[in-house]
Amino acid sequence: MAMDLKNASFEGWRRENGRMGVRNHVIILPVDDLSNAACEAVAHNIKGCMAIPHAYGRLQFGYDLELHFRTLIGTGCNPNVAGVVIIGIEPGWAGKIAEGIAASGKPVEFFGIEQHGDINTIARASHAAYRMVKHASKLKKSKAPLVDLWVSTKCGESDTTSGLASCPTNGNAFDKLWENGNTLVFGETTELTGGEHLVAARCRTPEIRAGFQAMFDRYQRVVEANKTSDLSDSQPTKGNIEGGLTTIEEKALGNIQKIGKKCIVDGVLDKAEAPTHSGLWFMDSSSAAAEMVTLCAASGYAVHFFPTGQGNVIGNPIVPVIKITANPRTQRTMSEHVDVDVTGLLQKRMNMDDAGEALLDCMLRTAEGELTAAELLGHREFSLTRIYESA
Amino acid sequence: MTIHFVVHDEGDSVGVVVVEGLKAGQPLTGWIMDQDKMIEFKAINDIPIGHKLAVRAIGNGDTIIKYGTDIGKAVANIGAGEHAHVHNVKTKRW
Repeated sequence: MAMDLKNASFEGWRRENGRMGVRNHVIILPVDDLSNAACEAVAHNIKGCMAIPHAYGRLQFGYDLELHFRTLIGTGCNPNVAGVVIIGIEPGWAGKIAEGIAASGKPVEFFGIEQHGDINTIARASHAAYRMVKHASKLKKSKAPLVDLWVSTKCGESDTTSGLASCPTNGNAFDKLWENGNTLVFGETTELTGGEHLVAARCRTPEIRAGFQAMFDRYQRVVEANKTSDLSDSQPTKGNIEGGLTTIEEKALGNIQKIGKKCIVDGVLDKAEAPTHSGLWFMDSSSAAAEMVTLCAASGYAVHFFPTGQGNVIGNPIVPVIKITANPRTQRTMSEHVDVDVTGLLQKRMNMDDAGEALLDCMLRTAEGELTAAELLGHREFSLTRIYESA
Repeated sequence: MTIHFVVHDEGDSVGVVVVEGLKAGQPLTGWIMDQDKMIEFKAINDIPIGHKLAVRAIGNGDTIIKYGTDIGKAVANIGAGEHAHVHNVKTKRW
C-alpha cells in the first residue's frame, strides 16, 4: 500500500530556528588544520561529542575563503547539530564562525589557541563541551510532519545498475517527496554532461534555467582550461569503468534519474548556500562524494540519499547517509554498506514504486534514529571544497 | 527465470549485463524496460556484470544510443552481441 506522505510524521529535534533535526550532535569544529589536534582532544575528554577535523582554513582568500566560512557556519547551523564548540589558531576567525552559527539561535562557544597553548585551550573548550553535551542530552524530541524533513541526494561509484535501478529508485522517492512539498537538493555539475539539456528543460522558469546553464557552462570552462586528456580516467572514474560505465554522457544520464520523472527544478544554489523555500534545488557542486555531501549538510539538509553501484562507502559526520544499491555483486560482497537493497528491480522481482517506498520507509526509520550503515561503520567524511590555491 | 541483461529502451543500441559470470555463446534473456518486452540473444564475448553488450551491429563512428539518448560514439566496428566499452566506445565531450 502506498505510503501516505501528507499524514506521515517523524520524531526529531525542533531547533531554535524552527528547523527539524534527526540527530542531536555536539560538534567540536576546528577553524583550520592547526586546530584539529585540540578539537580531537576535547572530543576524547568529553563523551557524546564529536570532532570534525579537516585540512584547510589558513591563508585562503576571496571567494574561496567565503566558501570556507559558509561551509563551517552551515555545518554548525545544520539542524542535526545541538551545539558547537569552535577552536581556531587565533580567535578572530573562530569568532566570525561562532557569530554565524549563533544567528541560528543554538549554543556556540569559541576559543583561540595563541597566547594559551593547546593544553589550556583544550581545558577551556572541554568545559564548554561538557556544558553543551549536558544541554543537548536534556533536549526532548518532538513530532513533526514529514514535510519538515530536508533531503539531499548524490550518487557515487556509480555503474550501469545505478542508472537502471538505484538512481530511478531515488527518483521515485524524490517525485513523491517533491509532490509532498519537501525541500530537496541535487547537484554534481559536471556529472550532468551529456544530459544537461534534460535538466535545463526541467527548470521551473527561464531565470532558473539561465542560472542553471550559467553554472553548468562555468564548470565546463574549468574542465576545458585544466584537462590534460578527455578526463576519461577521472570522469567516469576507474570504479565507474570497472562497473561498465563507458562515457560521461552515459554516467550523466544515469545520474539524472535521481530527480525522477515529475520533479521540477525550483531554484539553484551556490555551494553550501541554504535554500529559501521548499521544492527541488540544484546546487552547483563537485561530483566527489564527500565534498558534495559536506556541502549538502552545510546547506541544512538533514538526511542524504546515496545510490551506489560499485559500493561507495561514504558517510558524513552529522548527516545520516542512506545507501541504495541494485548491483547484486555489491550486495553480495559488501552488504554491510547497503541500507536499501533494490537488486530485485533488475530481475522484475520488485517494481519501481515498491523500491521508492522501501527507500522512503528507510528514510523515516533513519529520521527516527535507526543508524545507517555508514554511521555503524564510523564513516564521517568531511571534505571542504577548495576553489583555488591559498595565498 | 533469470534476466541476463536489461535494455532501457527498444531504440537503444546497447544493453547492460545484470548477472555475474556471463559467458560467450550462452543463451541470454533480455528485458527491455520501457516497453516491458523480453528478448533472446547471444553474447559474442564473456561480459562482466554491469558491462554493455551491443544489441545490434554498430559501425565505426556511429552514435551509441542508451536511454534513447546519445552516450558517445563507436571507435571500432562492434558486432551484435559484442562487449561494448572503453576499448570501442568514446565520449563526444571534453
